[in-house]
Amino acid sequence: MLCEDVLERLSAFQDDELGPVRSREIQQHLDGCLNCTDALGQMKELAERLRAEAPYYRAPDSLRARVAQAAWSDASRGRVSGRRIGATARVWLGAAAAVMVLVGGTWLLTSLQRQEGPGSIQREVVSSHIRSLMGSHLTDIVSTDQHTVKPWFNGKLDFSPPVSDLSTSGYPLIGGRLDYVRGRPVAALVYQHRKHLINVFAWPDEGADSETPPRTQQGYHVVHETHGGIAYWIVSDLNSEELSAFARLLVTAGEKRR
Amino acid sequence: MTHDGRPGTAGPQRHFSGRELDRFNECVLPYLDAAHNLARYLLRDGHDAEDAVQDAFLRAIRHFDGFRGVDGRAWLLSIVRNTCFTRLRGRRSSGENVEFDEEIHTVGETASGPEEELARKSATQSVREGLDRLTVEFREVLVLRELEGLSYKEIAQVAGVPIGTVMSRLARGRKQLLLSVRPPGAKETG
Repeated sequence: MLCEDVLERLSAFQDDELGPVRSREIQQHLDGCLNCTDALGQMKELAERLRAEAPYYRAPDSLRARVAQAAWSDASRGRVSGRRIGATARVWLGAAAAVMVLVGGTWLLTSLQRQEGPGSIQREVVSSHIRSLMGSHLTDIVSTDQHTVKPWFNGKLDFSPPVSDLSTSGYPLIGGRLDYVRGRPVAALVYQHRKHLINVFAWPDEGADSETPPRTQQGYHVVHETHGGIAYWIVSDLNSEELSAFARLLVTAGEKRR
Repeated sequence: MTHDGRPGTAGPQRHFSGRELDRFNECVLPYLDAAHNLARYLLRDGHDAEDAVQDAFLRAIRHFDGFRGVDGRAWLLSIVRNTCFTRLRGRRSSGENVEFDEEIHTVGETASGPEEELARKSATQSVREGLDRLTVEFREVLVLRELEGLSYKEIAQVAGVPIGTVMSRLARGRKQLLLSVRPPGAKETG
């Protein structure tokens, strides 16, 4: 094989896309040609630099929320009525469209609230998580201090929510807000892990202690635990392993507090 | 206005069933990051990329009944890339860029080709800058290959071109990028 032919195929050779026969021919040539070997080295180095230096642009949380909401809202419109809001197709309406699907979603939620069961709670908390990321209403009280956040709920709730400082484990507290799930006010605590936000919904539950494996809805992971008379619903786009680990930390910390 | 005459939009409006929503969440939604990354590199603008991805997802939702395969990533990314290229054509018609022509962009194989010349002039830039300056068709295959790790077959599916074209675009894209990121004073090879 001539150098010219080899150089032309080096890129595909490097990607292992040439097939065994061609690859062997190239390899044989490379074994005896310093020039082509050098060219391959440069190409490999470029691939490494690309992976190391070119940023990977992850989707921002707000976009994730809009997209998940759009899919869910399409399904709920199909369930609730045959009509479609034509304007949603024009995405660049941006905020306006987001408000529209939000209204649709809330409407559906109200009708779902009559349904009981963990499935409907899961839908509610995921929806609430998305809403909290979408607008500016992530927190009512912004503080990384559990001793500021916990008393804030006094008088707003008929129970005292477990608020723990988990910053040493890599999950700093961001703040809290009052939320509404299953027709009752609940505590929503916001934690962060790297770039991921975690919403913890908590309310009293006299049921036996229990935990369920992480589930996925609309691209978010949901962990549910009942512990020491408190029901925890934990929602995030964090991977399910880390979210489960966070749930364990949270429940254990809540236990110590009592 | 909402109808663009593409397959799947004709006939009465349809919606996800619960099962379809689950399947969509499982097969397509996990590739949101890949979709955003591709759009960001193709359009080189954060706002445009977000708009395009949202646009592409609404399109994917509308046409999900046309998704038969198992490869949700390639399916989604092809919608994203088509959405982006439509936007780029819009920009081009307002005079921003030169239309890609496989022939023209494949002729300049010699060291004095116009692209190589351009690449050489702007050498010593970072890999990231070099990537941004490549013709969008070259940038596309490089991002899909190096950052997403797609096979040639998958890239061909996303870009809607034959595998041979993927192969030659990657080879040429790499060659140009190598020229543009070569450190100052480095000797040329070949």
